Amino acid sequence: MGVRGLVPFCPWDWCLLLATLQCCGASSELNRSTDSSAQRELNVRFAAASSQPAEAISVFTLDYDYVQIPYEVTLWILLASLAKIGFHLNRRLPRLMPESCLLILVGALVGAVIFGTDHKSPPVMDSSIYFLYLLPPIVLESGYFMPTRPFFENLGSILWWAGLGALLNAFGIGLSLYLVCQVPAFGLGDVNLLQNLLFGSLMSAVDPVAVLAVFEEARVNEQLHMMIFGEALLNDGISVVLYNILIAFTKMHKFEGIEPVDILAGCARFIIVGCGGVFFGVIFGFISAFITRFTQNISAIEPLIVFMFSYLSYLVAETLYLSGILAITACAVTMKKYVEENVSQTSYTTIKYFMKMLSSVSETLIFIFMGVSTIGKNHEWNWAFICFTLVFCQIWRAISVFVLFYVSNRFRTFPFSVKDQCVIFYSGVRGAGSFSLAFLLPLSLFPRKKLFVTATLVVIYFTVFIQGITVGPLVRYLDVRKTNKKESINEELHARLMDHLKAGVEDVCGQWSHYQVRDKFKKFDHKYLRKVLIRKNLPKSSLVSLYKKLEMKQAIEMVESGVLSSTAFSTPHQAQRTKETKRLSPEDVESMRDILTRNMYQVRQRTLSYNKYNLQPQTSEKQAKEILIRRRNTFRESMKKGHSLPWGKPAGTKNIRYLSFPYSSPLPAGRDMKVAEFTDHDGSDSEPPPIMFSTHSPKESIQERRWAPEVIPMRSLHRAGTPPHFGYRRNASREEHLGRGGRAILRPKPLFHAVDEEFESEEESEEEAPAFGSLLSSELRPGRDCNLSHSPLLQRK
Amino acid sequence: MGSRSSHAARIPDVDSLRRETGFSQASLRRLYDRFQALDRTGKGYLSRLDLQQIRALAVNPLGDRIIDSFFPDGSLRLDFPGFVRVLAHFRPVDEEDEGNRDPKEPEPLNSRMNKLRFAFQLYDLDRDGKISRHEMLQALRLMVGVQVTEEQLESIADRTVQEADEDGDGAVSFLEFAKSLEKMNIEQKMSIRILK
Repeated sequence: MGVRGLVPFCPWDWCLLLATLQCCGASSELNRSTDSSAQRELNVRFAAASSQPAEAISVFTLDYDYVQIPYEVTLWILLASLAKIGFHLNRRLPRLMPESCLLILVGALVGAVIFGTDHKSPPVMDSSIYFLYLLPPIVLESGYFMPTRPFFENLGSILWWAGLGALLNAFGIGLSLYLVCQVPAFGLGDVNLLQNLLFGSLMSAVDPVAVLAVFEEARVNEQLHMMIFGEALLNDGISVVLYNILIAFTKMHKFEGIEPVDILAGCARFIIVGCGGVFFGVIFGFISAFITRFTQNISAIEPLIVFMFSYLSYLVAETLYLSGILAITACAVTMKKYVEENVSQTSYTTIKYFMKMLSSVSETLIFIFMGVSTIGKNHEWNWAFICFTLVFCQIWRAISVFVLFYVSNRFRTFPFSVKDQCVIFYSGVRGAGSFSLAFLLPLSLFPRKKLFVTATLVVIYFTVFIQGITVGPLVRYLDVRKTNKKESINEELHARLMDHLKAGVEDVCGQWSHYQVRDKFKKFDHKYLRKVLIRKNLPKSSLVSLYKKLEMKQAIEMVESGVLSSTAFSTPHQAQRTKETKRLSPEDVESMRDILTRNMYQVRQRTLSYNKYNLQPQTSEKQAKEILIRRRNTFRESMKKGHSLPWGKPAGTKNIRYLSFPYSSPLPAGRDMKVAEFTDHDGSDSEPPPIMFSTHSPKESIQERRWAPEVIPMRSLHRAGTPPHFGYRRNASREEHLGRGGRAILRPKPLFHAVDEEFESEEESEEEAPAFGSLLSSELRPGRDCNLSHSPLLQRK
Repeated sequence: MGSRSSHAARIPDVDSLRRETGFSQASLRRLYDRFQALDRTGKGYLSRLDLQQIRALAVNPLGDRIIDSFFPDGSLRLDFPGFVRVLAHFRPVDEEDEGNRDPKEPEPLNSRMNKLRFAFQLYDLDRDGKISRHEMLQALRLMVGVQVTEEQLESIADRTVQEADEDGDGAVSFLEFAKSLEKMNIEQKMSIRILK
């Protein structure tokens, strides 16, 4: 994609921005000197009846103070966004280092500019702004994009690991540092135990998801992904809760008088805060899901409802001194499933993108702030404290990982290997969370706040840069046995085939739920919750429109060209061409290999590819569409040739019967519905009817007869008599079975359900496939009732 | 879907299945649960339709062939032993077993050779024991995006057959296939962790 030329582009880009910033800085400096006059002008602007007359009407004035704060904030955000664009344009960079590195660099750059121009940066970050405005979007985003099924399957391990890990880390680091502080040589004697514990608690807030993108492509297994997400999700909440409790302790000011009662009260408070937050979150989640049930007529406010309720859950929890973070997380997780089904397609996309946008803005601001604080004068460097902090962070993380996983492996069906544990240990990268908590330490209680801030910054820089950049190679080293660079084409092709095969068989095996609880919850969910929370008549989803589009496209192709589309199979007679063995030059082989690598379909990602900074690209959808179209074409081909599959045995007593739709007259003009029904002679009780092709009414045109093979029924029917299936919403239906060769008829059903934007959600939704079918039927149904399957057919031209 | 308590006793021929496939009791139970979950109408066997309900298979480029491989010899019903037999190919290989194996017993289903045979049959549709150039081309077509032209595909298929074909008959036999993949870690590529 010609990205090689782009790397030199970036510095140019940044120089430009730097220049812009300098100008702003300079102009603001200018304004500094004319502060008083600006002040006056400001007053003039706002006070209508001002006693001070202006000397003259100035043609051109500069009023920087008025817009300073939003202007600079916007500029920062833009700068970070431009840097991200540059970062992603280069293909190799995102795999080398996590995006946090980039943000930190941008922050440092802005900090350098601000420091250099001696500019007073706007007070973007203080405690209330952080906790009320900057933190919730970040947490909401991580909660919303959390894949729920694996999360709940591993809930025990995740809680054990995240909860206990955070506690262990916090207390471990705090206590060890306290011991270090006791050594008089380091000059840290005035840092007491509580302060150290508090420091430990804010150091334990890790941000491992940031590095996930780096080693994503090495096929890290799902469990590991889940542990990392889970930890990231709960870790912030737990750290903040600990932090608040310890601050409360510090405020008590009677350090010597802290009794065991207080400690017990602290523990109890910890639990109440955590669980209370979750409880409120769940309640708000259900309320918002319920409300989205009724918003079909004003879908524009659906995103608003989602965001406002989540935010409300955060605020309500904070009011009651419960954990707002856990509340908003629980709200997002609860509401996601129902909201996604209820809202319209565009609202769904809006919600996703807006969430990403908000969280990335928040994070950018925090990182910029971090950069600004880095380059400044308020640091206190103490070698001992900082070095020991670094060392203890790593040691305690290692201890917590290996000990806790050793214990939890006893109870897990699929234990984590040592390699997995190493990966988890190494991904303990600190992020914006730690910095914010350090920055917001109240100076009155922490006279040595600068020391803490400096130490935090050092740890963050170290972990993000050094660990972040080396985690990729480490994972690849641990994971890959042999990187056989010179893979022959054979190997590449067969490797991909095996990957697809493995993914397919994994899908057949399905997800094994470990707990009866989950099954029970699913039943409960289906019986009660969904009835209440999900809309009655689901709107036409994009799946339906996609299907229609494909049908339309195919019809148009058929009519206009009468030629098979490019992905058709070539007829077997080509196999008899002369076999020439050409000697291929190495360049040809290289180019072939290139073609293969670039164009082979991606294997379906079983492991959750979650990127904190972008949403998944839509390539999987494009690929899915191609595959589906191709399958329909082969099916069409096979129907044309009169046998089931190009390679299969002839259909034999395949029963294909085309029935014309019984009431063609009342049909809306232009629409022609035909019905194809395949019955399985194997499963049906009735005698297999003979093959009847084209029993169309004579008035139909030749074109329609040509279209007959395209008829693909959309729904499966139940056999009359068998009880309606779980998930089927209609009760008079018959099950279609496939003929021996005609396997493809119901392909469209899972086909078009599969083309789902919600590929990210790994919901096992097999029971939704028939629901989709009945959804279509309910769409097509108004006023009719029939027992036959029917499909919206190609419109007559 | 619903909590079915399935005791091992309800699985038919569980002991012979265990011996044949090497699955543990717990795995067989889970597979039986899965089998019953897939069998929506409670027929006691699976048809192709049931497997096609798995939506992820529909967007797998090899979805049809994978489903076919579950129904050997063109049968229409897949019973539980058949289901398990196919899945046994994907059991991870236990290194200790390899040493202790009695050479007189038939090779376990998840041996390297058997895994390769399973993959081979995905190519070899007419079951003649060879992958012809045409079959290679078909498989290639399935796996490659639409932007690759027919000529490119044909030349790639040619090259593939040419690389592996040693006896010059223009087709890849199973042994040639296995030989071309001797450096690949088949045991890892074709093993599914949860099927232990």
